[in-house]
Amino acid sequence: MPKDHGIGASPKRREDVRFLTGAGNYTDDINIHGQAYVHFLRSDVAHGTIKSIDTSEAEKMPGVVKIFTGADFEGVGGIPCGWQVTDKDGAPMKEPAHPVLAQGKVRHVGDPYAAVVADSLEQARTAAEAIVADIEELPAVVDMGKALEPGATKVHDDLDDNLCYDWLFGTDTETTQAAFESAAHVTTLELVNNRLVANPMEPRVAVGEFSRANGEHTLHTTSQNPHVIRLLMGAFVLGIPEHKLRVVAPDVGGGFGTKIFHYAEEAFCTFAAKACNRPVKWTSTRSEAFMSDAHGRDHVTKIELALDKDNNFIGVRTDTKANMGAYLSTFASSVPTWLHGTLMAGNYKTPAVQVNVKAVFTNTVPVDAYRGAGRPEATFQLERVIDKAARELNVDPIRLRRQNFVTEFPYETPVAVAYDTGDYHATMDKMEELIDIPGFAARRAASEKNGKLRGLGINCFIEACGIAPSNLVGQLGARAGLYDAATVRVNATGSISVMVGAHSHGQGHETVFPQVVAEMLGIDESMIDIVHGDTSKIPFGMGTYGSRSLAVCGSAMVRATEKIINKAKKIAGHMLEASDSDIELKDGQFSVAGTDKSVAWGDVTLAAYVPHNYPLEDIEPGLEETAFYDPANFTYPAGAYACEVEVDPDTGKVTIEKFVSADDFGNVVNPMIVEGQVHGGIAQGIGQALLENCAYDENGQLLSASYMDYAMPRADDIPHMESYVVDHSCQTPCTHNPLGVKGCGEAGAIGSPPTVVNAVIDALHSGGHAHVSHIDMPVTPSRVWAAINDQ
Amino acid sequence: MYSFDMERPTSVADAVKALARDEAQPLGGGQTLIPTLKQRLAAPSVLVSLSGIAEMKGVCKTDDGRLSIGGGTTHAMVARNAGDIPGLASLAANIGDPAVRNRGTIGGSLANNDPSACYPAAALATGATVITNSREIAADDYFEGMFATALEEGEIITEIRIPVPEKSAYMKFEQPASRFALVGVFVAKFSDGVRVAVTGASEEGVFRWTEAEEALSANFAPEAVDGLSVSGDGMISDLHGSGAYRAHLVGVMTKRAVAAAS
Repeated sequence: MPKDHGIGASPKRREDVRFLTGAGNYTDDINIHGQAYVHFLRSDVAHGTIKSIDTSEAEKMPGVVKIFTGADFEGVGGIPCGWQVTDKDGAPMKEPAHPVLAQGKVRHVGDPYAAVVADSLEQARTAAEAIVADIEELPAVVDMGKALEPGATKVHDDLDDNLCYDWLFGTDTETTQAAFESAAHVTTLELVNNRLVANPMEPRVAVGEFSRANGEHTLHTTSQNPHVIRLLMGAFVLGIPEHKLRVVAPDVGGGFGTKIFHYAEEAFCTFAAKACNRPVKWTSTRSEAFMSDAHGRDHVTKIELALDKDNNFIGVRTDTKANMGAYLSTFASSVPTWLHGTLMAGNYKTPAVQVNVKAVFTNTVPVDAYRGAGRPEATFQLERVIDKAARELNVDPIRLRRQNFVTEFPYETPVAVAYDTGDYHATMDKMEELIDIPGFAARRAASEKNGKLRGLGINCFIEACGIAPSNLVGQLGARAGLYDAATVRVNATGSISVMVGAHSHGQGHETVFPQVVAEMLGIDESMIDIVHGDTSKIPFGMGTYGSRSLAVCGSAMVRATEKIINKAKKIAGHMLEASDSDIELKDGQFSVAGTDKSVAWGDVTLAAYVPHNYPLEDIEPGLEETAFYDPANFTYPAGAYACEVEVDPDTGKVTIEKFVSADDFGNVVNPMIVEGQVHGGIAQGIGQALLENCAYDENGQLLSASYMDYAMPRADDIPHMESYVVDHSCQTPCTHNPLGVKGCGEAGAIGSPPTVVNAVIDALHSGGHAHVSHIDMPVTPSRVWAAINDQ
Repeated sequence: MYSFDMERPTSVADAVKALARDEAQPLGGGQTLIPTLKQRLAAPSVLVSLSGIAEMKGVCKTDDGRLSIGGGTTHAMVARNAGDIPGLASLAANIGDPAVRNRGTIGGSLANNDPSACYPAAALATGATVITNSREIAADDYFEGMFATALEEGEIITEIRIPVPEKSAYMKFEQPASRFALVGVFVAKFSDGVRVAVTGASEEGVFRWTEAEEALSANFAPEAVDGLSVSGDGMISDLHGSGAYRAHLVGVMTKRAVAAAS
């Protein structure tokens, strides 16, 4: 019988009531008396010199409050990067300036170079049309290969070239070379991990406010991590001390990584609110989102896999170019390195793994973390090359993977991380059961009868989540700690507010976190509320990304709740005239072990705040505790996925007929929410695999700048629910956090793209198109048709 | 959007009068024009909404057996009421999403003549007549290339009159992002021959594939198209497919339309 409350139960998401009934309070719902509106002028060329910006006519237009250009931000800090990567030669990465508004040059389509603040948005837009900007277009660099050629146009004139860093990692070159020289077989694959636009349903919004009364700034913003914004913007950009800066991220309509970063528009609205002495609001249009939200992925990779004569993996070597775009976004530098290179061992005990990543500046929108962030790129190349190897060696792709699985834990990889626990055979077994391997031949025959080619693709993945142990990431170049924090405030009548550093923007924290506290205290979940998203209310936690909320912030919440229980037992012991070591807490009752003497949760909480009969000489009144939790290691969710596709050989169209996942997330608190996260993640991965393509032309114009050309996955692009099975019954609990949880938010997006592509290649081979060894994502109908027909 | 005046006439005559104003622009269902205005890509001084004109709405049979569809009839109404021409009803039922189908109109679509729109293929393949406030225009004379038609400034499509084929079908291969037609083929079989019109593919907009028409007039079967092909030259080539791919799809979609015709 499934549990109906506490850990392991699936109560419906309490936040959905307000989201689904129009009662949510999103940033764009925030309107402050007297607010003005900002419209940004954005470059329509990819690269150009700003010769002059004449705002004189525009300044006279109706409703105009003030017009800003880059000159207004001289002396103000630039947008910082939060992670310093060290080059293979020991030099720090190159960090070009990133002004709030462009100074001297524009460097990508969408780069803001002026801003009009006016009484209304329409007035701001109209005035913007009267600004005369003389921007001399320069040649643009878009292709990473060309950007690295000697003499290439430089994105940043003050740098030597367009190379941000050249990072070499893992096994030393000599050992790796030796592995390849001794190999019986080497499989090589060159591939592209396509650039994506995150496209959260809610575009970004920022509302800046300044109080002349107390000198306090407030920024309301669509952020996954308000404290990170407060730290970066306060300390590095605008020089506002933390106690004078409040950052509020209320209901946020999806993030997928792209709302982690500190953006120029946030700094602008905060700055302009003081300069104009009025609240200043910016709401991104969808068109602006395409050219100003940080993009994701965009790697070009050559991967080689060396196998011995028995098909054991003996070496992996990769050479990746990672697009940074025109500027370094907040965590851009860490994504292709510490979130990618460290995962190149995959689920396999390959002894030699060497990763080389060249990060490249181009005249494109900055690229940063997007659901999975580095780990999908690692998984895609590794699992594609393994599949290709299986085909070349004519061995079963499942058997080849199983033979090379890591089976003993903890396992030290050659790429710096140590897996604490896992059981990759178990998830593979589960996946095989769910996809029904024996029935595939009949399903393929049925498809062929309808003129379709059917393929089966399988995939394994591992990810490093629960980001992150601060002392480790500090050594690796992180400029922030990645702990989290929670305060458990028990009220006099026993209800509880839990203030958490994690931010919920679709994850369901408001439902899940109370399940944990309720389980620990034995009280009803409805007595517990979660408070998040406001730096003036919550402790200094680091927010939500990297599948970390429950594993890191949830652990802090557990620690704080343990402190509450310890103190409450002391109070109960006093009330029951017993030693607190004899007090047991069960179902919300404190009792003296072995007796029928007890007091209820509410009696104890009331005593804490009405301390008439209370051991004031031993303990303080009140019942509120804070804990900070810094994880000892990453967590390592892993899984095995399978997918069946049909390919229409006449049109090249791919449809996903069946998709199953077997994940090991460790312990699961709310199975319904976990399943929802995986369903959503797989849908996003299907989007990357089949549909989504952020494309530039050679002049740096964004070709897919709206939904007319950028294809998002829709309901009919994913299989019907009965053929879309997500399983999390294989559970090896995390060994180092108190809940034994690993994180589930990114798994689907990491595990699914190679699964889909492997299935398409399998389908094409079954149809006699054996010359097709790879198709780059998105595997669109035209690309499949071109591959089949050698076009 | 920029500010503008709005007129909502209730008769064609009043609409014609309103459109005589300076920089006036007719507004059908607004599925193209409203997004254009929001992006400030057009600045009409007055918008003349045609949606209040009852005489421009509805589907009926004419005395000579043709299907008459008012220019202001929504896609949803066409989908429900044009069952005499199954290819047309299903075409209308698969345009956009329900919100689009309940606002967008057949007259608006034909007047805009987007190269990827569906209706132009139906109008051309059936040999329809476009009737305006001032004249009748045969479909063969109406479409003049991408976004270009025989309509004069201020001329309003009041009705489309469509001969009812013995069999018809429309097959659309969707562009993955917009779900407009990457290639759409409408096949109409009449007692005196077959007409085939292709949308989405050509840089010149909707066109008739005469070679296939001849072959299908002789033998109305999918295999009649085997071996025939259109050239990729002059086909649209973009992010979603090359000209050669679109040319290939013309053949595939034609065969499928013939197979589906009813």
